[in-house]
Amino acid sequence: MNSRQTVVDGIQIEDPNLDHRPEQIQVDHLCKRYRANDAFAVEDLSFTLHKGEILALLGPSGCGKTTTLRMIAGFERVDSGRIFLHGRDVTHLSPQQRKIGIVFQDYALFPHMTIEQNVMFAMREVPKSQRPKKAEYWLDLMGLADLKVRYPHELSGGQQQRVALARTLAAEPDLVLLDEPFSNLDASLRESTRNEMRALFKRAETTVILVTHDQAEALTFADTVGVMQKGRLAQIGTPQHVYQNPANAFVARFLGHTNLLVGNADGGRVKTPLGEVLIADGIATGEVKLSLRPEDLHLSPAPSCDAAARIIAREFRGHDYFYTLEQDGYQYCVITPSHHCYDVGSWVNINVLRSGSVLPEAG
Amino acid sequence: MSSTVVKSVAVSEVLASVKRPPLYILVPALLVALCMLIPLVYLFLRAGQAQPDQLLELVFRPRNAQLLLNTLSLTGGVLLICTFLALPLAWLVTRTNIAAKRFLTILAVVPLAVPGYVMAYALLGVGGNMGALNQLFGIRVNNISGYWGAVWALSLYTYPYIFLNVRAALLGLDSSLEESAQSLGYSKSMVFLKIILPHLLPALLAGYMVVGLYVLGDFGAVALMRYEAFSYAIFTQYSGAFDRIYAAWLSIMLLALAVSFLVVEALILKRKRLASVGSGVTRPARMFELGKASPIAWLYILVVLGTSIGLPVAMLSYWLLIAPPDVSIFWQVPWTFLRSASAAAPAAILAAALALPVCYLSVRYPSRLTSMIERSTYIGYALPPLTLALAMVFFSLQTAYFFYQTLGLLIVTWTLATLALAMGPIRSAIMQTRANTEEAAYALGYSPAATFYHVMFPRLRRGILAALALVFLFCMKELPITFLLAPTGYSTLAVTVFSRTSEGMMAEAAPFAAAIVIFSSLSVGMVLNREKIKGSR
Repeated sequence: MNSRQTVVDGIQIEDPNLDHRPEQIQVDHLCKRYRANDAFAVEDLSFTLHKGEILALLGPSGCGKTTTLRMIAGFERVDSGRIFLHGRDVTHLSPQQRKIGIVFQDYALFPHMTIEQNVMFAMREVPKSQRPKKAEYWLDLMGLADLKVRYPHELSGGQQQRVALARTLAAEPDLVLLDEPFSNLDASLRESTRNEMRALFKRAETTVILVTHDQAEALTFADTVGVMQKGRLAQIGTPQHVYQNPANAFVARFLGHTNLLVGNADGGRVKTPLGEVLIADGIATGEVKLSLRPEDLHLSPAPSCDAAARIIAREFRGHDYFYTLEQDGYQYCVITPSHHCYDVGSWVNINVLRSGSVLPEAG
Repeated sequence: MSSTVVKSVAVSEVLASVKRPPLYILVPALLVALCMLIPLVYLFLRAGQAQPDQLLELVFRPRNAQLLLNTLSLTGGVLLICTFLALPLAWLVTRTNIAAKRFLTILAVVPLAVPGYVMAYALLGVGGNMGALNQLFGIRVNNISGYWGAVWALSLYTYPYIFLNVRAALLGLDSSLEESAQSLGYSKSMVFLKIILPHLLPALLAGYMVVGLYVLGDFGAVALMRYEAFSYAIFTQYSGAFDRIYAAWLSIMLLALAVSFLVVEALILKRKRLASVGSGVTRPARMFELGKASPIAWLYILVVLGTSIGLPVAMLSYWLLIAPPDVSIFWQVPWTFLRSASAAAPAAILAAALALPVCYLSVRYPSRLTSMIERSTYIGYALPPLTLALAMVFFSLQTAYFFYQTLGLLIVTWTLATLALAMGPIRSAIMQTRANTEEAAYALGYSPAATFYHVMFPRLRRGILAALALVFLFCMKELPITFLLAPTGYSTLAVTVFSRTSEGMMAEAAPFAAAIVIFSSLSVGMVLNREKIKGSR
């Protein structure tokens, strides 16, 4: 199996055991243009998500990820394509009829209602007498029980975010959409909130679609990552797969630093400027483009007469070093553990530690 | 022909893919825009009834040129006096170490509570045989009237508009601009000419715009001072000579003048971008030490505030306390007040109710169509009030005769005139509620109506109340539209002051004028509130 197959066949091949769970949402060939003559905001986007799965739509700003989310929620009209929820076609239903919960980037809490009222506002089908009790349950779950009489502006960003989530969950939706939910949080809060929320969703078997431009967030939070580029889904798969076997140079770069090498393939090996590299999956022939992550490379000291690469920049990042090197006029990046310390200007050799992945796009 | 067809297809395609506003908002908003066109349409319909040969004679009558000259020189005079009143005052309260800045700022806005016709009333009572100066001190001065009477009456009432604009601009001016010019070697006076004045220009022009439109539209002060400007001529044509076609043509000329003001302002401000380019917070400027010039500054302030506040207060006190009218006159005040209020209240409610869909549409569904609908509301604002009133007379006479001489026509016309006023606070209230909160309610399953009731309305309440108050207060002191459209015998506060003053019954007008001034002070309080006047320290 080569990488192109994974792209086309999507997640079914990747993880066959997911098929046993019921399909929660299916998006079929979704297209959207804001104006008749504009480029597509979203073009031919398809994916299927099973119950309890978390999907992250990842991409730079303007790639169409938020538009996709808003189409699923029912706030934007769909030009063509279909959206199925539990097999029910919801493409042309109003947001009210979809039972989809959404947490906005800026939370959209109702400023004139207390925290408790905000959460109770979501329980339209619960009898009025039971609402306070239920609200307490959700606020308790979020660790907000003490704050229920406060107003949104009296809470910190992290607390507001949890209220927004409590309000969304209190409506007991079939699907939860998160629009950049962590981007308004401090860096220190972001990680812990992310972990708490993931644990919560997994416990409740909630199906979630998250939109983000932060690759670390997508990789840690989601079971499936879909990378979007100019309105199209460039690649969808498990975080590990997308990171190690990117479908093109854009995906490779967007998920972190990478070295893109051009080489001549002959079966299972590729001749590159860094020497011969094994191909991770399958075989290839002719000129190919190869992605090698900086942590897949290793530096070894060498006398200057014998060495091929010179260190031109070094960045100490605590647990590791991030080196920029030059070899034969090309630049490479390498991450090494923090005990591998080389001075800027010193000569080293670059060794390839593991096999690289061939980008299917380069022919 | 074919090209226009193609174009319209393209436009409808664009609209189809943009988020489409729901009909229950679009239809009322479109109706509002349609209503806004009524006065324009009927004004031109009526004017178009002139015979071709008559038309040439009407338009090129030498009297028109005289009226134009009179109106322009009146506007010029008012703007000049206003500048001398407002500019130094604004500089004093923002850039110098003068004491009691906050108090002075509030006092400088107070004259807005004295409408032009009340200011004219006060000025008329000063001189002449029966004037206060002669009666009290035996000082004989000529009656203040005519050109200078009109100029001063209007200037003393309107200069706060220019003061507020210039003051805001001075406060917002980044002092680092001045400092960098100084460090480049420019003298203080050069800095003022090259840096400060160009930056004040937009604010000054915006103030001139408001004052200029007001002067064009003013009827009370001009009529009381018997100065032949367009509005006065329109009135005499309409009421005295009953030549309605000529009145319509004079109205159109006045409208053209107002439009040309707007065009000139747009041309001057075109391509001028004066907002500070760099990032960062503007630093307050260093205060100019007045030192020995301080007495001169205070003398100046005394003269400005003394004439604009002291004079009307003194004249009203004179007629109320020293030469009071019969007690029975005072008993008429509450009833007259009630008549004013019972027409102003429905107009306020109607204006706020109509402003709501228009504002919502333009904020939430921005497009060419919705911005056109929004801009249509400014027709009522920019139309000189006398022109608007006359057009509505034509409308009711020609199409809706049952409406003629009814309170309903007055209320509707007030609504048209004040819709733009009502839109201000409602618009900003809608802009402050994010669309997200509505979408959040939709996602929770709430219908648009339920969402409006639970989520939008609580947030808009204050904006709606502010709009109601602004329109109500405007109508309470409004004169020209009331004068033309109020049913016979329905005399409001403003009409009473005007008609008694024009008959020389100064004492009999005083209680009503005082009622207007006291009531208008409320609207000044609201202006102050909206401008968020803070101490400069």
